[in-house]
Amino acid sequence: MASSKEVLFNPILDNNPIALQVLGICSALAVTVSMANTLVMCAAVTAVTAFSSLFISMLRNHMPSSIRIIVQMTIIASLVIVVDQLLQAYAFAISKTLSVFVGLIITNCIVLGRAEGFAMQNPPGLSFLDGIGNGLGYSALLVTVALIREPLGAGTLMGYEILPTVNNGGWYVPNGLMLLAPSAFFIIGLLIWALRSWKREQVESADFEIADNIQYREAL
Amino acid sequence: MSQPKRDGIGNILLVAVSVCLVCSILVSGAAVALKPVQKANQVLDQKKNVLIAAGLLAEGATVDAAGRGVEALFANFETRVVDLRTGRYAEDVDAQGFDQLRTAADPSRSTALATGEDPATIKRLEHYGLVYLKRDASGAIETAVLPIRGYGLWGTLYGYLALDSDLETVAGIGFYQHKETPGLGGEVENPRWKAQWAGVSLFGDDGAPAVALVKGKAPEGSDARSHQVDALSGATMTSRGVQNLVNFWVGERGYGSWLENMRGGRV
Repeated sequence: MASSKEVLFNPILDNNPIALQVLGICSALAVTVSMANTLVMCAAVTAVTAFSSLFISMLRNHMPSSIRIIVQMTIIASLVIVVDQLLQAYAFAISKTLSVFVGLIITNCIVLGRAEGFAMQNPPGLSFLDGIGNGLGYSALLVTVALIREPLGAGTLMGYEILPTVNNGGWYVPNGLMLLAPSAFFIIGLLIWALRSWKREQVESADFEIADNIQYREAL
Repeated sequence: MSQPKRDGIGNILLVAVSVCLVCSILVSGAAVALKPVQKANQVLDQKKNVLIAAGLLAEGATVDAAGRGVEALFANFETRVVDLRTGRYAEDVDAQGFDQLRTAADPSRSTALATGEDPATIKRLEHYGLVYLKRDASGAIETAVLPIRGYGLWGTLYGYLALDSDLETVAGIGFYQHKETPGLGGEVENPRWKAQWAGVSLFGDDGAPAVALVKGKAPEGSDARSHQVDALSGATMTSRGVQNLVNFWVGERGYGSWLENMRGGRV
């Protein structure tokens, strides 16, 4: 059995839900255009993953296997709605821009992935920590992406100007690509490359090998 | 733990029903308990947007330079409902809790617009519209704020247009909800661009709305220049949309007749 420290901190670098498991990319593309939105989204995903893992783990011995995915989804969906309602009540300005993406946490693969992959086999306390850990792993990657996208795309960070843009009388011409979703794809790809060059064990073994051209005619 | 019992039909139903029950109580409990706070947020947000358009509150701030909050600042405003068809106040409609967008969706209180008469692409025009009036000590109107909306490139822009006491000069403009591309059309939020609107004259010599978003304004001091605002670079469709929607809402079908009545002292 894994120690609680491992469960909590492993997902940040060694078993990152985005970089290694490649889950939850959708929201990583959508919300990282501004740091403030990213932080709220990270908190929301962490809370939902932790509590859904906790509740699912508590029910794991009573859950009939034939309807287990539906039960898991019901619990996750309920938690997401509660989080959305809380945001609308206490962080109205942010909820206006994030509302759509918060709803989509339900379909975030990380939440269901941890429920199915960890919480169904482990006790509630450990599952809760695993949820927090994976939330932190998700947050670490998103915050890094937002740290690149917001300054280069809008010249600001958390709304404070750090690169004065041309539109505001400064010198920096904002990079429009950084404001659009594809830039997050490039950044995440580069981050995964960097992480796997540093931690070689994360490199996946190839599914198949490309055979050599044994007959030169094949090239023609 | 016996496997067959857990997967038996009885247990399946029991787990399904109890999970649904607990979850629905949780969800509806949260929705009901938080409703008053959320409603208050929406009302506060609307007031804030009116104040931002009128230039009384900075974007993102909660208090003005003198430390007055949204409620205190908004207390100077009077909310009235105008019948857009006649240009007079609709005394039978209660301004408190009046929802203009919901009215626009209600077939009995709105009119469908044909393509030719709908430059702002709003599809349905409500019969009633809100105005927010700020009066000076003598009771004369100092600022009037009108809700405006219309289609840009990707979606409808929602905002407020603030008018000076003469009701033909712009005091300020603000969009609180839009889907324009950040950095291009999204620059409708840029304070430097919005600052140009102050002092723009809405109506031409013939009395028709004449606001124009242009590339390269007419020379200083010319009559055309008084109606012109710099278009947003790289956002032709958004600029065109903003021009159309401003002209639509201050025009005949929008608040035009009310503005005319007010200027003529007929209300």
